[in-house]
Amino acid sequence: MSVDAVPIESAGALAAGRSEVRREVLRELMRSPLFLLGAFILLVWIVCAIFGSTIAPHSPFDQNLEKINQAPSGAHLFGTDQLGRDMLSRVIVGSRNIMIIAPLGTVLGTAMGTSLGLVMGYFRGWPDDSLGRIVEAFLALPLVVTGLLVVTALGHSNAIIILVIGIVFTPLIARTVRAAVLLERELDYVAAARLRGEGAAYIMFIEILPNVLAPILVEFTVRLGYAIFLVATLSFLGVGIQPPSPDWGLEISQNFGQVTAGYWWEVLFDAVAIISLVVAVNLVSDSIERVLER
Amino acid sequence: MIAFILKRLGLALITLWILSLIVFFAGQVLPGDPARAILGPLAAQQAVDALRHQLGLDQSIWSQYWHWISHFVQGHPGTSYQYQSAIGPILTSALGRSLKLAVLAFIIVVPLSIFAGIVAALNVGRPIDRAISVLGLSGTTVPEFVSGIILILIFAVGLSILPVSAQAPTGASFLTQIKYLILPAIPLVLILFGYIMRMARAGTVEALESDYARTATLKGLPRGVMIRRHVLRNSLLPTITVIATQTGYLIGGLVVVETLFRYPGLGQLVAQAATNKDFPMLEAGVLTIGLVYMLVTLIADIVFSLLNPRIRLSAVE
Repeated sequence: MSVDAVPIESAGALAAGRSEVRREVLRELMRSPLFLLGAFILLVWIVCAIFGSTIAPHSPFDQNLEKINQAPSGAHLFGTDQLGRDMLSRVIVGSRNIMIIAPLGTVLGTAMGTSLGLVMGYFRGWPDDSLGRIVEAFLALPLVVTGLLVVTALGHSNAIIILVIGIVFTPLIARTVRAAVLLERELDYVAAARLRGEGAAYIMFIEILPNVLAPILVEFTVRLGYAIFLVATLSFLGVGIQPPSPDWGLEISQNFGQVTAGYWWEVLFDAVAIISLVVAVNLVSDSIERVLER
Repeated sequence: MIAFILKRLGLALITLWILSLIVFFAGQVLPGDPARAILGPLAAQQAVDALRHQLGLDQSIWSQYWHWISHFVQGHPGTSYQYQSAIGPILTSALGRSLKLAVLAFIIVVPLSIFAGIVAALNVGRPIDRAISVLGLSGTTVPEFVSGIILILIFAVGLSILPVSAQAPTGASFLTQIKYLILPAIPLVLILFGYIMRMARAGTVEALESDYARTATLKGLPRGVMIRRHVLRNSLLPTITVIATQTGYLIGGLVVVETLFRYPGLGQLVAQAATNKDFPMLEAGVLTIGLVYMLVTLIADIVFSLLNPRIRLSAVE
């Protein structure tokens, strides 16, 4: 498709076309039952993360040593743990940690990865080659292992975990953005901007970036799923949030020893919570990808 | 061909070198004095200084790096803070155990996922295709410790037909060992299944839509023969390379699964080193993981380039 055939007057029509497309995408999503299901589950957990302490029937920290390891009952729907704390409340409030850290880490990784990908794709040559090597070196390690390494080196706080997610996602997102930029940089509008004498930063962020937003959005939602995976796993391995904070992954690792004694409720509901969240994010990201690719 | 292998080897070495720098300098950021950490806050400053000297911590950072990496290459990755003994033997026996678990997972997942991918591709758009896709996607996105805990609840606690721990008693027979490893292998299978299945499905769909498949159908070849002779041969090649790149996910999964099932492999070693801030062990373990990954992808690349011309030629026939 050639761009130079488009007369100047139709530039406004193009812009209108873009918002039209956006509305069409939204309408398409609203018709997809799987998207709606995912969005609903997500919404439930967002509400729990924000208003958790108010919704929860008990305080997630209140210990009751007379009522330890109690099976689910009317008084405690999800049972109690080894310190007599109400599991339902801990599952509800336990959503907060993961719902804050995972999205923030993904936003950070997307921002850094997009910048890096723009630079690599636009300049090519030595910045691309040398950054490509470093990206390759990072990708030789599984995300969980990189996470363990960085958290151990820098210490565990929420800010560090967010940084870790940002760092491990940067090369992955950079690779996707780079591929998209490589196609865009050959198009006429980039050449026109260059002839107008625009700087490299202007061309990358003002001209090219808006045109590669679709793959970045898809990448963001896919990565969000992995971020949840990663946060939960780091908590489980004991290098994430620390006790007594309620957190799904941490709770499973803490209560896991109780399972052989038959206290299944102390890990099952946390496990189901994690599954529901990752499945919800994947339903949403899969639907967005399908609609945008059409 | 030799030029290709040499170039690929050179790139792998450069990547490994950068990785070793990342790993080493991550260790340097750690606040506090390792010697002080080992001896505790009550030790005399003299003893701490002596240990610093013994560990080489009083030398420049580059000579420390050189010391570390040259010894690692010669098979002496240093001394663990936590075990107070040489890392080498601990690492090798752990690697061996992880390998056992990894091989079992691969033996289950590769035929299963390729078969599922082909079935999905042959039924494109039908409910069975959608079901396999959804199953694959769910498997890859649920963390290994979550699927592991559900499996433990069902098979070890509920039905009590499989053990909770993965480590078989010493001297156990081959079959007993497999019985202990089967439960930890399943979360790994679930993680890998989705990726390999998707590749096999995409490859098969593409091959089914190709001109040569249409020609084969038009010349009256029975569908079964057409699929076996023309479609599968072309669709499985990309799948083979994907299997190699899955090693990364597999090792990441091992860290979690081995911790959950208390299996003393490389993954548990790395996870424990991280929680105990045993940096020499962590660095050696992480570098070994990188090494294994590079080695597997290198071999896969070479195998792929060896297979490729042959398959291309047979497609032309």
